[in-house]
Amino acid sequence: MDKTPIISFKNVNKVYDNGTVGLKNINFEIPQGEFLVVVGLSGAGKSTLLRTINRMHEITSGEIRVEGESIKAYKGRSLRLLRRKIGMIFQNFNLVKRSSVAKNVLSGRVSYYATWQSILGLFSATDKQKAVQALQRVSLAEKLYARADELSGGQQQRVAIARTLMQDPKIILADEPIASLDPLTTKTVMDILKRLNQEDGITVIVNLHSVALAREYADRIVGLRAGEVVYDEPIADVTEADLNRVYQTV
Amino acid sequence: MQTTISKKPATLTLWRRWNWLLWIAIVAVIYTWAITGLHFTGLQESAASVSRSIVHGLVQPDWPYVYNGSGEDLVSLILQTLAIAFLGTIISSLISVPFAFWAARGGKEWLHVRSGSGKVVLTLIRTFPEIVLAIMFIKAVGPGSYAGVLAVSIHSIGMLGKLFSEAIENMDRGADEAITSAGGNSAQIFMLATLPTIMPEFISYTLYRFEIAVRSASILGMVGAGGIGTPMIFAIQTRNWPRVGIILLGIVLMVLLIDTLSEQLRKRLI
Amino acid sequence: MMTTQVPRRPWLQRWHVKPIGWTLVILILLVASSRMTGVDVGMFFNNLGQFTDLLVRMSQPAWDYLPVILHPLYETIQMAILGTTIGATFAVPFAVLAASNLVHNRWLRGIIRLMLDLVRTLPDLLLAAIFVAIFGIGSTAGVVTLAIFSFGMVSKLFYEVIETIDMGPLEALESVGANKLTIIWYAVLPQIMNQFVSYFLYTLEFNVRASTVLGYLGAGGIGVFLQRSLNEFNYSQTAVIILATLVVVMAIDGISNHLRRVLL
Ligand SMILES: Nc1ncnc2c1ncn2[C@@H]1O[C@H](COP(=O)(O)OP(=O)(O)OP(=O)(O)O)[C@@H](O)[C@H]1O
Ligand SMILES: [Mg+2]
Repeated sequence: MDKTPIISFKNVNKVYDNGTVGLKNINFEIPQGEFLVVVGLSGAGKSTLLRTINRMHEITSGEIRVEGESIKAYKGRSLRLLRRKIGMIFQNFNLVKRSSVAKNVLSGRVSYYATWQSILGLFSATDKQKAVQALQRVSLAEKLYARADELSGGQQQRVAIARTLMQDPKIILADEPIASLDPLTTKTVMDILKRLNQEDGITVIVNLHSVALAREYADRIVGLRAGEVVYDEPIADVTEADLNRVYQTV
Repeated sequence: MQTTISKKPATLTLWRRWNWLLWIAIVAVIYTWAITGLHFTGLQESAASVSRSIVHGLVQPDWPYVYNGSGEDLVSLILQTLAIAFLGTIISSLISVPFAFWAARGGKEWLHVRSGSGKVVLTLIRTFPEIVLAIMFIKAVGPGSYAGVLAVSIHSIGMLGKLFSEAIENMDRGADEAITSAGGNSAQIFMLATLPTIMPEFISYTLYRFEIAVRSASILGMVGAGGIGTPMIFAIQTRNWPRVGIILLGIVLMVLLIDTLSEQLRKRLI
Repeated sequence: MMTTQVPRRPWLQRWHVKPIGWTLVILILLVASSRMTGVDVGMFFNNLGQFTDLLVRMSQPAWDYLPVILHPLYETIQMAILGTTIGATFAVPFAVLAASNLVHNRWLRGIIRLMLDLVRTLPDLLLAAIFVAIFGIGSTAGVVTLAIFSFGMVSKLFYEVIETIDMGPLEALESVGANKLTIIWYAVLPQIMNQFVSYFLYTLEFNVRASTVLGYLGAGGIGVFLQRSLNEFNYSQTAVIILATLVVVMAIDGISNHLRRVLL
């Protein structure tokens, strides 16, 4: 077994243009196949942390490695190839609301196609089949031809997960994927993420507000406060008191 | 009720309390200026009798003019008017898209130079009178509906470009983000996320602009740019009130019909 | 893992009926329209010489003409102010009668709305042509035109505002048996005053633009001079008129936009 971590942060700092400190001296490693939950108060830098991994945000200094390679120098095609192996799931689902579920799911596969093919919607029969399978994995195949905005919030998030699966990702980043869902749909969505982690070996990193959920699903919990890692323990060692510390105001 | 505890200096509160007087004074001055500035000299004695003949013409319209197969009748010219508005709006909607992206405020732009200049250009286009455009195009392509089409196409850019750019500024960028994170390039992001998200709004605004274009197309003929306006101004100048009556009826029905249709379509879009 | 049933694709979607249908409809309309209007791209470029000549002459504004048009420019603004005020004043009672939360009689409301819809169908220049025939050449025709035009526009904006008001204070007054006018004065007006003024200013902006061309048909203001210069092929004067109009319109837009932002 290869022991190099799939993602590693080394002295990572991020300062926004307006001077806000997003991340401060972040150092940690994420092994292949881990289900990592990042917790912290609003504004602690959870989204910032996640978005630096697929370079949706640039870091100011330090180094991030994905599969052992520094991602700093990537641009153009190599950057898109990095993003392709990192799926991302958003709080607001980010679907094209007025397009069909099928179109939305297929759009996750853009990076495998030449520009002209994808903009004309010329996806191969194999990939259409793949889209159906992706939807079956989130138990939504019956909605294949529905319009995205006809679905409930939980269903839309499952469509977004299916879209991400089309990338054949090795990593999934989920930024508060359940923040706008009710408790029952929350469980469905989290269960799906856990299953992808266990069955497909996808490394999953989830930002959460809820400590209870974090303890239920995580292999390991990282706590952020004001851009700094203030907590980092495997789930077995996590205690209630520790977590309360993360949520202390400064 | 003397419960107000004010930490502000007394002069400020005084100003707050009495500044409405200043406003009233300003408004009074403006209205005095407006009323005394105008000379209502145009009033002619025949006003009453002309109004009577107009009403008479309106209740007894020139029915035979509705359709006589000459191609110069009401139905043909109404259709021509709609054709001018339709063609002009479609052309304009296409040209407006690049203008809209030019004028839409982006995130990290320096002092909004790009979008600012775009907005100024759109305002200039919008303010340039449509009939002057029509007259200019008549020089280029001769009198007739072609000049009308060109005038509508260019003039509409001012408003459509503005509406489109506002739609772009306010659009939900979520889908763009999703395609970016899936590894799409900028053309793919635009075609698979931006365009499908914004399209219904673009179409809805285009329909709305079409309603306005129908009204303009029906008056552009007054300066010779085709459509129902030409016989209308001719009938008014020759005091042919029954003819004016039937044309007015035609325009009212046309506009009502188009407004209703367009509104239904717009409702189904959103 | 449970797999769900894959639905059959509805034939409407399978054959892309809607997109193809709409594309066809638009294509047919486009072809028909271009035939009807005699659009001919070549012709435009053949006569490009004349067109550019006109543009060249317009790009050399005759600035000495500016003093001549100052007075008609003022007149244009005055017409717009009076026309908008008269129109908006008449619009208030009609807006109240057309608001579904104040008037429960469907028939009355329907008739008023139909009337307002009819007024709104008439383009401003068409109204101007008719009123010039009635009142003769001059600013009276312009003011009346703008009044009617604003009436149509403002009444719709107003009743839509009225329909969004909070019914609480109104019901409170109703319950103590206040009469309709008192209710409108004390419970409706305070809620909508700012929006009314805002829409009034918006209409005023619109009318300043409109009034600059009304004179083209003899209804007073700067348009009279616009028409004269165009008829005399004096395009350097036309350019001055258009530029001056632009400045005025933008100034009024600026003031009105500022006031509206302060109000809302
Ligand atoms: N584009 C930006 N420009 C400037 N500052 C930003 C930007 N995005 C985020 N920030 C700031 O960086 C800090 C971290 O923000 P981030 O969004 O990562 O927090 P978060 O932990 O995800 O919070 P939440 O739970 O509310 O989503 C905050 O103080 C925020 O205000
Ligand atoms: Mg966040």
